[in-house]
Amino acid sequence: MEKLEVKGLNHHFGFTEILRDINFTLEKGEVLSIVGPSGGGKTTLLHLCADLLDVEEGSVKNSFASHTFAFQEGRLLPWKNVIDNIALGLLANGEKKAAAIQKSQEIALQFGLEEEDFEKFPKDLSGGMKQRVSFARALVVKPSLLFIDEPFSALDIGLKKELQAILIEMISKKEISILFITHDLMEAIRLSDEILLLKADPGHIVKKFQYDLPQNERDDKYVYSESAKILQDVEIIDTFELELK
Amino acid sequence: MKFALKILKDFPAYLWSGWGAVASILLFIAFWDMGNQIYGDLVLPAPLETFKTLFVMIQDASVIEEIKTTLYRASMGFGISLLLGSALGLIAGFFATASMMSRPIVTILVGMPPIAWIVLAMIWFGMGDETVIFTVIVASFPIIFVGALQGTRTLDGDLKEMADSFNLPWHMKFFDVYFPHIFSYVFPAWVSGLGMAWKIVIMAELLATSDGMGASLAIARSQLDTPTALALVVIMIGSLMVIEYIILEPIKREVELWRS
Ligand SMILES: Nc1ncnc2c1ncn2[C@@H]1O[C@H](COP(=O)(O)OP(=O)(O)OP(=O)(O)O)[C@@H](O)[C@H]1O
Ligand SMILES: [Mg+2]
Repeated sequence: MEKLEVKGLNHHFGFTEILRDINFTLEKGEVLSIVGPSGGGKTTLLHLCADLLDVEEGSVKNSFASHTFAFQEGRLLPWKNVIDNIALGLLANGEKKAAAIQKSQEIALQFGLEEEDFEKFPKDLSGGMKQRVSFARALVVKPSLLFIDEPFSALDIGLKKELQAILIEMISKKEISILFITHDLMEAIRLSDEILLLKADPGHIVKKFQYDLPQNERDDKYVYSESAKILQDVEIIDTFELELK
Repeated sequence: MKFALKILKDFPAYLWSGWGAVASILLFIAFWDMGNQIYGDLVLPAPLETFKTLFVMIQDASVIEEIKTTLYRASMGFGISLLLGSALGLIAGFFATASMMSRPIVTILVGMPPIAWIVLAMIWFGMGDETVIFTVIVASFPIIFVGALQGTRTLDGDLKEMADSFNLPWHMKFFDVYFPHIFSYVFPAWVSGLGMAWKIVIMAELLATSDGMGASLAIARSQLDTPTALALVVIMIGSLMVIEYIILEPIKREVELWRS
């Protein structure tokens, strides 16, 4: 069985403690999200899980067949156009050039990019377009585990919903497992089986929220009522330093 | 290949955009003619006379021979600089210690006046090809070396990480991630290196050899043959302009399209 298992994970940058005693397991087909304040160590945790940073203390065991990463800042190659950027992972997997371009164009259209954008270089893209390209690049290779660092932060509500719908469809078909970071509690509730609340200084998990209703059955009403519930939670209020009125 | 085609395709539009340059050259020639009318033929021959002399000269086999000699020296010196400078610069860029240690050496090489190199080279190699080629190498090498060094030093760690996360094979890492970045630094350095090489070769020839365009210039001076001297200058500048604007600039434009 494919799974990602994190046990007793600690991390330091220099003398600053960034993460303390992180434990969780992500089973195949599950969606896990991490929410928490800015600078709390979420990106660091995701990089450790994706083997982009070396684990110092504790263990990260990843037995998924393949994984890709959609970065918070996009990280597109500035000298490649939209389609060539998306095709990067496919070509790395040994796919034929023509097939890779074909698949990249399809997913680009699906992600709301237009044909006239295909030849553009990243410098000529908006922030949200860059995010979509980066996300498409990670998703087009059909990884069994997908890491996403704030995938939709620069998108309008319409686009956000469209992309979430694409993910929800894949999730319902059990095609993919996801570990993602978000600032948007509603997004977390819409997509996740489990939410990890990461409190800062140093980053540690203070609470886990479970959602058992299948993602494709969650309607807006469900999401709103669950959001209202979670906003009443003492730990959430404390972590985000929300004022109660 | 696709790339070369694109350069060719954009070439006419690029040429068309060159009218402004043509206009400014013509304006320059007009001022030159004015200078001739004020100071007379000995000091500043008329453009027309200069171009007539030029026309006669390029039909003279011995002049062509001199030009070839100079071309040979410049391209030898520049070629060696290009290979050595790019290779050593890239290697130095990959190692923090090497790039730190190379800095003072580069400062010395850049700071040393070329004329001093010529004097030293004349002592070491005598009068001839080696002296000229050596001077060209030491003058253009540091420019190319620094370009290549900057190219590797400034490689983006985030993009490297991205490349690792997608398991790019080594050849893709090199051609898709490292090379375009490095090239955008190295190529402009090659262009400035070439300009430097062309200037230095004439100077070195003028002082240290009895053949080549530099030497012809020295002879024209001693005979007070101003039209020939000016015609030689026109050849030198003209050839540099052709190389720079007809060959290098269009390539540079395509290569740097992605830059903001
Ligand atoms: N390479 C690094 N070297 C030193 N310190 C770092 C490094 N990367 C991150 N940090 C520090 O670690 C802390 C956590 O950073 P991280 O990027 O994980 O936060 P985050 O939770 O993702 O924040 P945000 O929501 O704003 O993206 C910050 O204080 C940051 O300054
Ligand atoms: Mg982050």
